[in-house]
Amino acid sequence: MTAAIAVDRLTKRFGLKTVLRGLNFTAAQGEFVALLGPNGAGKTTFLRILASLSRPTSGEVRIGGAALPREAATVRRRLGVVSHQPLLYGDLTAEENLHFFARLYGLAAPEERIGEVLTLVGLARRRHDLVRTYSRGMQQRLAIARAILHDPDVLLLDEPYTGLDQDASAMLDAVLQEVAAQGRTVVMTSHDLSRVAALASRFDVLARGRIAASASRADLADAQLLAFYRTAIAEEAS
Amino acid sequence: MSGDAPITSLWQATRAIAWKDLTAERRSRELLSAMLVFALLVILAFNFALDLDPKTRGSVASGVLWVTFIFAGTLGLNRSMATEKDRGCLDGLLLAPIDRSAIYFGKAIANLAFMLIVEAIVFPLYSVLYNVNLFLPGLLLTVVLGSVGYVAVGTLLSSMAVQARTRDMLLPILLFPVALPVLIAAVKASAGYLGGLPMEEIIPWLNLLGVYDVIFITVAFMVFDFIVEE
Repeated sequence: MTAAIAVDRLTKRFGLKTVLRGLNFTAAQGEFVALLGPNGAGKTTFLRILASLSRPTSGEVRIGGAALPREAATVRRRLGVVSHQPLLYGDLTAEENLHFFARLYGLAAPEERIGEVLTLVGLARRRHDLVRTYSRGMQQRLAIARAILHDPDVLLLDEPYTGLDQDASAMLDAVLQEVAAQGRTVVMTSHDLSRVAALASRFDVLARGRIAASASRADLADAQLLAFYRTAIAEEAS
Repeated sequence: MSGDAPITSLWQATRAIAWKDLTAERRSRELLSAMLVFALLVILAFNFALDLDPKTRGSVASGVLWVTFIFAGTLGLNRSMATEKDRGCLDGLLLAPIDRSAIYFGKAIANLAFMLIVEAIVFPLYSVLYNVNLFLPGLLLTVVLGSVGYVAVGTLLSSMAVQARTRDMLLPILLFPVALPVLIAAVKASAGYLGGLPMEEIIPWLNLLGVYDVIFITVAFMVFDFIVEE
């Protein structure tokens, strides 16, 4: 069976600085992988390469069997991306934003799907409001609606909790649990270990440009996650 | 067709992006009001600074007009791409399975619409202030061709400049030298129409504008994907 994400010896350099060093990574269909690591570990760079926003210097990246950057358009159809910025237009309503992205993704009759995703993220009643009137938490939920609008197989989330208060984070948790339960492969970066502990089925620690350690949820009790993370970082540094 | 071809056609994606920019601007009116106020201030400044007699006014009209359009247009070009970059929306567009040239064409169509709206408002005001009849079919054609050329190269260069921290300063520095042929041709053709010169003296300038437009639209179509690639 083809892995949802398969990365082989991925290297990324920016000038003289090497950010990713021969990174290997796989994620099976339906797996929820939490990508942990300190600032500067290369998490965002890695996600941007998976999202086809940045080209690898060397190595192979496949999403659902399609290779990057050669089959970028195929990969983009299979991907949804949520970052700490909502990637939405403040002067359009929520519905207009989703209509716009539906047109870019070639959805034939998007009205029903737009209604579904807005209901899923709890924004159906605010669909005609301008996005600039939304709170940060609402914008982030709408960003998830945008990311899953075209029903992607793989969802990439880069620090989606940045700037959210406790209530908004809890609401985002509920939406992400619902989205993951639909069988999508999810890769999420976060600094908030307690948050990802409740969501992820696997924990990978990225340090110094490669995966330093990996553990499944079955192998790791919630209380052990912090120790696992610290050990992986310390071993990679030594 | 290749299996990796986008499912949304270039034209559909271009229309969607232009619609998005025009709808957002219809709501906020940030860009148009800034361009318009700036254009009117430039015209007024020239009007009082030059303090010309009626005959001389006619001879400098085309220069003043184009300097006004170019300055106001630069303001619009800078903001148009900056709004995409500041909220990370450019990434949202780049993530879509579309031909990336559609981003260029969509933005260029919206930028052209904004520039033409400003020109349509400036024209009658300028006619009154300078007592010059600008409503000549040939002059209107020149304005459209000149604006297309300026927006074609401006949208491309603003996509490059927006990646830099000094983008507000960088765009004019990059744009004015490259847009010089379109500015010279537009001023010469406009002066020809306003001065009542024979068509054979105007046609070469119009040809230059047309060729410039085609070249820069083609170049943008070919290189835009590489410009926005990280």
